Amino acid sequence: MARAVPLRRKLIFTALAWGIGFVIFFPILWTILTSFKTEGEAVSLPPSFLFFDWTLENYGIVQERSDYLKFASNSVILALGSTLLALLIAVPAAWAMAFAPGKRTKDLLMWMLSTKMMPPVGALIPLYLIFRDLKLLDSHVGIVMVLMLLNLPIIIWMLYTYFKEIPGEILEASRMDGASIGKELIYVLAPMALPGIASTVLLNIILAWNESFWTLTLTTKNAAPLTQFIASYSSPEGLFWAKLSAASTMAIAPILVLGWFAQKQLVRGLTFGAVK
Amino acid sequence: MGTISLRNVRKAFGDAVIIPGADLDIEHGEFVVFVGPSGCGKSTLLRLIAGLEDLTSGLIMIDGEDVSDVPPARRGLAMVFQSYALYPHMSVRNNIAFGLKMAGMPKEEIDAKVTHAAATLNLTDYLDRKPRQLSGGQRQRVAIGRAIVRQPKCFLLDEPLSNLDAALRVNMRVEIMQLHRQLDATMIYVTHDQVEAMTMADRIVVLNKGEIEQVGSPLDIYNKPNSVFVAGFIGSPKMNLITGPLATKFSATTLGIRPEHVELLASAGDVNGSIVLTEHLGSDSFLHVDCGEAGRLTVRAAGDYEGKPGDAVSLGFDRARIHRFDSQGKVLV
Repeated sequence: MARAVPLRRKLIFTALAWGIGFVIFFPILWTILTSFKTEGEAVSLPPSFLFFDWTLENYGIVQERSDYLKFASNSVILALGSTLLALLIAVPAAWAMAFAPGKRTKDLLMWMLSTKMMPPVGALIPLYLIFRDLKLLDSHVGIVMVLMLLNLPIIIWMLYTYFKEIPGEILEASRMDGASIGKELIYVLAPMALPGIASTVLLNIILAWNESFWTLTLTTKNAAPLTQFIASYSSPEGLFWAKLSAASTMAIAPILVLGWFAQKQLVRGLTFGAVK
Repeated sequence: MGTISLRNVRKAFGDAVIIPGADLDIEHGEFVVFVGPSGCGKSTLLRLIAGLEDLTSGLIMIDGEDVSDVPPARRGLAMVFQSYALYPHMSVRNNIAFGLKMAGMPKEEIDAKVTHAAATLNLTDYLDRKPRQLSGGQRQRVAIGRAIVRQPKCFLLDEPLSNLDAALRVNMRVEIMQLHRQLDATMIYVTHDQVEAMTMADRIVVLNKGEIEQVGSPLDIYNKPNSVFVAGFIGSPKMNLITGPLATKFSATTLGIRPEHVELLASAGDVNGSIVLTEHLGSDSFLHVDCGEAGRLTVRAAGDYEGKPGDAVSLGFDRARIHRFDSQGKVLV
């Protein structure tokens, strides 16, 4: 039986939740609003919230000045490429850790996670030099590799948690049925873990799409994704808030839509295993 | 054919030795039951035969061929798991067909085999359902169906009935025995339930702490247990095991006598005591008799026995049916 919650408390909590939600969303809302202002209005004090002359001219200028589609397609290539590559490595890795753990599996998992705790700038110079020597700077292959490695620990962790929930006997049954390890992964494990794999993929696409540290330092033009597109509007010529906002809005729009449609999957993915 | 031989099969996880060394020969068509208390290594032994666990040392032979390093899929065995282990995302049809698909069998042949297996197991109406839409007994049948379509050399069954309720368990027990006769296949069946072992087996293998204690036909094991452990494990109610002066009188460390081999006498029996409790089963009555130093003994009496708790009784042991064990727990001949 559900516990009865007093109406007043319900109201307070609802208001509080909306309030916190609004505060978190406000920067994005402000960016979107600013993108519809003129440069003058964008920096006016006190700032105008909704009552200003709405204009689309920023979008026009941004589209004229830089090739949005080129950046966007780079973002898609990098996000999808790094995710698919990571999945190819992470599925077998998580399978091994979940179903054939060794003495050091737990340590290995913790070690992998610990790499996420290192500030990325710590690896910047060696990585930059390696990229320079291997001629990988500003190349799709190079950035896909970096993004893949960056998110691999999280993907392996997430898949590992999903796989742990799958009874090992089912995989053993498939082995008795004559399935090779590859077939066991494709026909038995993957379909059973599909919801988990889907939310892992979604999360990874979002993380890769939003990654800015490495994409900004390792790309210039050829492989530059939308983060570079936004950054190009905080240029030495000065800050153009309205145009920067328009560029940002265009950059986050696709992932915002994807996130909106996939939110159910994402929440399930992120809280999976928390409550049984 | 389906003969299986174990030669000094040993399994250890690090320092923990699960099976110290097992030797066993299983003939074609035999129904062999591994029985023992939980943690005795019976499931591990089965998994070693299946190839799901690696041997630490020793040899496993199927039809005379060493398969110790052969992966499970190529041993030609089929296994039914305690949890059924059905593929939850596949229909019953695909569950049964999976092994055949993996073997690359043509589609028409698979269809024919699946249809035939489904008919044998009364699953025809459920072929397009998912496992979650089936009852426990039906799931168990699917698991068995998945095993029989592959026409394995030997069936390995790991406590297949323990998730079913009591009534269904008795039915499935009979079904499995009939299936064994129909298929004329070797079956190895693991259980901790000695009633299942007694009723189903051609031969019982009693395991204790990873060691094979005794191998024999059910009646052999029941009538001639070669250790205190086997004596106490097989039979329900349990054999009375007496230590102390009464056992010494029979020149044994432990004296064993089954409840049905103790006679109620008016006086001058082997031991005297008073009734503590009577259990009436209709056909029989079981009396729990407190015999002082000899401990509490169980005695089988007639169904209409009228003795009450507190009544004094004298008990006589059937001399031909007493079991004597030494200080190591081994039988004295």
